[in-house]
Amino acid sequence: MRLDLIVALNAERTARRAAIIVTELASGAQRLVREQDVDQDPLAAILKAQIRSGKSGTAEAEGGRSFLELHVPPPRMVITGAVHISQALAPMARMLAYDVTIVDPRTAFATPERFPDVPLLAEWPDQALPKIDLDHWTAFVALTHDPKIDEPALEAALRAGCFYVGALGSKKTHARRVEHLRARGLGEEAIARIHAPIGLSIGAATPAEIAVAILAEITLRLRRGPEAKA
Amino acid sequence: MTKTQASDDVLTMAERWRREGRGVALATVVETWGSAPRPVGSHLVIDEHDNFLGSVSGGCVEGDVIVEAAAVIKDGKPKLLEFGVADETAWKAGLSCGGTIRVYIEKVE
Repeated sequence: MRLDLIVALNAERTARRAAIIVTELASGAQRLVREQDVDQDPLAAILKAQIRSGKSGTAEAEGGRSFLELHVPPPRMVITGAVHISQALAPMARMLAYDVTIVDPRTAFATPERFPDVPLLAEWPDQALPKIDLDHWTAFVALTHDPKIDEPALEAALRAGCFYVGALGSKKTHARRVEHLRARGLGEEAIARIHAPIGLSIGAATPAEIAVAILAEITLRLRRGPEAKA
Repeated sequence: MTKTQASDDVLTMAERWRREGRGVALATVVETWGSAPRPVGSHLVIDEHDNFLGSVSGGCVEGDVIVEAAAVIKDGKPKLLEFGVADETAWKAGLSCGGTIRVYIEKVE
């Protein structure tokens, strides 16, 4: 591999952007394809599927066999609300290899006793979120039921292009939330990206089951993209 | 808040060693069959003095890969090697888990 390819790849990885090294195994020819340039690559469709799968692999294409070495950033999950559901969701998300952070300014909720081993920021979202750097490889989940906490965080998550944005609450709560987000200047397309009611419809009844429904929905978005149905 | 993947260190080290002017080879698992100890995309970086970092098999075939890497650093020609129990040399450099892996070794130019 050429040193300049390794240097460029390392820069993408530091910036938390996906990238693929394509090696034509017969000739040894190599190129780096950045996530934002995938559409211009001759193997665009294959590379997109590879990014979704999260795995490296080989592909047969015109001109022979290629090795596709995929680099995707470790996914993050940011949760507003140090609540009962979060106590189930955070450890499950860690099993799925997410870096989890919980944001809740209510210090009675955000305690290490309730959340051992999970980074907690007992701050308002406008203070906490700039430190976390929400991005395309982040799933954002709003669970407080408190519009003062959830809404600014939802706005930040939508503007940052988080691959998943979900918010707990009834249809009525969500309708009110949508009004507030419009007033904050968010467009209909952005608002429509919020998953509410949150989680796949599996009849979840307990906090742990709701966590499973949320993680299943997040996995669907991560692996199958924004449009796919469960 | 960022987590470093195991392969991160390998590629960062490949960059550093090459910048220092060392001869460097990069080995990558490109295919696996059966139960292979390390997934496709796993790296081992080797320098001209046989220093290495990372793993392609969790220890079973690293010795052979390092020997082959020395030749790749010298002549610059990439190699594609296969290791597995189907191979007669399995007991010499085999995968105890019964899998087969294909490893691509290339020089960092």
